[in-house]
Amino acid sequence: MTEIFGIPLQAFLGQLMLGLVNGAFYAMLSLGLAVIFGLLDIVNFAHGALYMVGAFAAWIMLDKWGVNYWAALVLAPLLVGTLGVIIERLFLKRLYGLDPLYGLLLTFGLSLILEGIFRDQFGVSGQSYAVPEALSGATNLGFMVLPNYRAWVVVASITVCLGTWFLIERTRLGAYLRAGTENAKLVQAFGVNVPVMVMLTYGAGAALAALAGVLAAPVIQVTPLMGSNLIIVVFAVVVIGGMGSILGSVITGLLLGVIEGFTRVFYPEASNVVVFVIMAIVLMLRPAGLFGKEG
Amino acid sequence: MTTTTTTAATATVAGATAKHALPGVRQPGMTKGARSMYLALLALAVIAPAIGLYPVFGMKLLCFALFACAFNLLLGFTGLLSFGHAAFFGFAAYAGGWLVKAWGLTPELGVIAGALVGAALGLVTGLIAIRRQGIYFAMITMALAQMVYFVCLQAPFTGGEDGMQGVPRGKLFGVLPLDSDLTLYYVVLAVFVGCYLFIMRVVTSPFGQVLKMIRENEPRAVSLGYEVDRYKLMAFVLSAGLSGLAGALKTIVMGFASLSDVHWSMSGEVILMSLLGGVGTFFGPAFGAGIVVALQDTLADKVGEWVTVIIGAIFVVCVLAFRKGVVGEIHAFMERRHKVSSK
Repeated sequence: MTEIFGIPLQAFLGQLMLGLVNGAFYAMLSLGLAVIFGLLDIVNFAHGALYMVGAFAAWIMLDKWGVNYWAALVLAPLLVGTLGVIIERLFLKRLYGLDPLYGLLLTFGLSLILEGIFRDQFGVSGQSYAVPEALSGATNLGFMVLPNYRAWVVVASITVCLGTWFLIERTRLGAYLRAGTENAKLVQAFGVNVPVMVMLTYGAGAALAALAGVLAAPVIQVTPLMGSNLIIVVFAVVVIGGMGSILGSVITGLLLGVIEGFTRVFYPEASNVVVFVIMAIVLMLRPAGLFGKEG
Repeated sequence: MTTTTTTAATATVAGATAKHALPGVRQPGMTKGARSMYLALLALAVIAPAIGLYPVFGMKLLCFALFACAFNLLLGFTGLLSFGHAAFFGFAAYAGGWLVKAWGLTPELGVIAGALVGAALGLVTGLIAIRRQGIYFAMITMALAQMVYFVCLQAPFTGGEDGMQGVPRGKLFGVLPLDSDLTLYYVVLAVFVGCYLFIMRVVTSPFGQVLKMIRENEPRAVSLGYEVDRYKLMAFVLSAGLSGLAGALKTIVMGFASLSDVHWSMSGEVILMSLLGGVGTFFGPAFGAGIVVALQDTLADKVGEWVTVIIGAIFVVCVLAFRKGVVGEIHAFMERRHKVSSK
């Protein structure tokens, strides 16, 4: 059997693939976080909880009503997006113009509420979600056996990320959005309904988190705590990448997932902390982040 | 003249949201009213065990109150939101417990060691985190604290998922046995009062005035020639050290340290305590800690996981409608009344 640095090639590539899958989730979540922060000036701690709700929505739909994976892939984001819109209208709307720290605290409270409800209903142990039939099994590539579902997750999330990038950077709607980020008052004066745009942006961000949740459901255990544990890593990813650039946050997310995968191969004890260590190093060398602007 | 100074002083303590504070104006010493209120509270704390307070609950409350006051030194008086204070509290809780348990240190040395460990960790965290401001500062402290959490989860001396059990209370200064809850209660009370006065002294000192100026207007502080980063770092280390002291003290009291002490939800709880009681007031965080600890204690066996939901809901209500906190609202009320009566 082929070995790389004393590690069987198969195990090595397997971990790399797993790292890429994690990286895909980091990328999707940090993307949503960056878009919301850009327009609302709110660091959405609830992003993790919304991701968790998305995964649970898919699991409940399958378990209780037999709604399959493909339908859940559309329905769960719609549902969570609506929840996002409600959250924005009920709570976040009241915080605009205040110190952004209040937004972080409010969304932290919201995620405690969501998490508590799901813990009460489903306990802390994980629920498993079956891999959909069309994507089960694995493909033998000759040098490695690639589980189909993992390949799908990576391809799907990169597609979604690029789609979001295209939407924001290359369309008229995206132009409004970017203008709103720069100067909301002026955009409003030009006749764009900024409050509705802000509401829909938060909804879309929430839907994106939920989509990541549905994609994640078959590869991880669906638990009420899955969101908060992930969101803190995503915060580190965002600090490393800087929130200024969309492609930057996608690349940073994928890269850190892969680095984490490598660490799991060579020094498993450090795999949980490697992202934070990299964050510390980046902050010492380049405080604004890899893709961030100074200031 | 008297009116203006009092108003300025009240505005300064009225919280991070106050915009009228005059940086550099020396706050007058404790007012007569405040002094008699503190004396009354102290008297109440001294007789509390005799009138039905369960000493262990009282000690737990005092430990968390101290933690919240230490945290508030940073958020309330320097304007820095750390979302990772559980790291200092929890890691020092382990460190102090380990030194007492495995090395046979006396409890007071364990607590002092806890404070030093907290301060050292605070120095490292602070050096990294103060490189960014505002919201990034919060995210960085949270991420670094999560790293400390994973270290505690995996390090051999913490006992991992089981936590560190059976830390002995020992003898204070090697002489006074602390096995009696009542004895320990008064020791903890004395430590709390000492630290509380220390925090007050720091905040009202010229150093504390510079911290407030940084909170109100950082660019101005820079333009006046203050090395803002060094002040921030100093405040961070002080706050982390006191948090560590509170953590180690809690280990001595309860006899154990666990992962929940170092978990991010603990960082959230201490923010809630300060927010609920009144950010930037002296007594607010202690008051908020009292409410949160009492709430958790009474609700824990009754509503199960709904405690988290309730805590989250209080968070939301505080942020939306109650940003000054209980003590902050009282200050604001007194100030309004004062204005009306002086007209």
